[in-house]
Amino acid sequence: MRGPALSSLALSAAEEDGFQPPTISETHLPEIFPWMAEWGTGFGKNMLMAVLAVILIWWLFSAAIRKQALVPSRGQFLAEGAYGFVRNTIGRDILGDKHFKPWIPLLFTVFFFVLFNNLFGAIPFLQMPTFSHAGPAYAMAGIIWITWVALGFKLYGAKFMKLMTVPSGVPKPLLIILTPLEFLSNFVIRPLTHSLRLMAVMLAGHIIVMLCGSGAEFLITQAEGAFNTGLGVAILLGSVPLYFLELIMMVLQAFVFALLTAIYIQGSIEADAH
Amino acid sequence: MGEHMISTALVQAAEGDANPLFPNPWEAAVAGIGFLVLLFIVIKWIAPKFEQTYQNRIEAIEGGINQAEEAKAEAAALKAEYEKQLADSRTAAAALREEARAEAAQIVTEAQEKAAAEGARIREQAHAQIEADRAAAAASLRTDVGALATELASKIVGEALDDDARSQRVIDRFLADLDAEQQTQGAAQ
Repeated sequence: MRGPALSSLALSAAEEDGFQPPTISETHLPEIFPWMAEWGTGFGKNMLMAVLAVILIWWLFSAAIRKQALVPSRGQFLAEGAYGFVRNTIGRDILGDKHFKPWIPLLFTVFFFVLFNNLFGAIPFLQMPTFSHAGPAYAMAGIIWITWVALGFKLYGAKFMKLMTVPSGVPKPLLIILTPLEFLSNFVIRPLTHSLRLMAVMLAGHIIVMLCGSGAEFLITQAEGAFNTGLGVAILLGSVPLYFLELIMMVLQAFVFALLTAIYIQGSIEADAH
Repeated sequence: MGEHMISTALVQAAEGDANPLFPNPWEAAVAGIGFLVLLFIVIKWIAPKFEQTYQNRIEAIEGGINQAEEAKAEAAALKAEYEKQLADSRTAAAALREEARAEAAQIVTEAQEKAAAEGARIREQAHAQIEADRAAAAASLRTDVGALATELASKIVGEALDDDARSQRVIDRFLADLDAEQQTQGAAQ
């Protein structure tokens, strides 16, 4: 999985004569193209995976729909099913029949961009969800935040701010407390939770993978005794169901992220409804 | 042994320079730009194709149903037309047969009438001929009688005009002859 990093880790553990767990810094892998470092921090693995996701989604869906056959091939059928899932379950069901059409591309892109980047964490050698780093998650949440805020101001003008921060049917004195709270919750905390939820789940999954891998390696190769070796094997076996749990979390987080995007946009479209 | 050390190490890691909440701006930029590029691609090429395929399929299915219904209606109309034509041709054939029969009957009656007329005409003609023949015969007889009478008269005159009794006998004989002649003539007729 993470051969060089793991062996170096194991070596250091052996030198210190004890188990040294992987640290958060370990999630920042060495730069793939060190010569790009002078632009900033260099072109890392996560950047490569983000670009890879763009190319993969573009290629897979374009290839699947190229023929536009009325009687679809298996690939086209699967792609249409995936597209239809985002279109109908996330788009139409949340935004309603009247408004969902123009938002399909955005929801489609959000869902599959997050999904593909998450699934990279389950693929050997990549073994790293792009969104386990805060940067990409902030970027996505930021773009979506700009989208729904701009949409709200476009639809309702300056009144949108009042609609989003002043709850109706509340006694006047309470508004002094509630208005700042609503402002915080809608405009500040919302994008933070949107991004951090994704990032934290992906990072946690990745840390578990690292911990399992390095722990099992340490127990099997470094620690003395049959018990420790057995424990290491048990951890490896236990990581198999964990892998599938991670897989579920990856799909679920992509779904939640896209669903929240749809809900935020719906909130802007119908800001005057509540 | 491990638990304590793992927890301290994790705390150390969290306190270290790699704060997971602190973003790498370049990663954020690459992910954000990548997302926007993908969004552009999806808006421009992918989503329209899916929607169009979807629409085409709906149209094809609805069109297929409509077409089938049209074809069905057309077939029904065609069938009705054929049946009507068949019935028409049947009535036409029956009418023709009837006409032919009537014509044949008419021809037969006409022929019969014609034959009867012809027969009547021939009979009429024969009658007329006979009548004419008889008239001619009577006429010629009358002239003959005249001539004979004249001849007889001359004979009588020539023989003796004085003998009344004798001339009377001659006349009687003549008339008797004439009667006998006429009777034989009538019997012959």
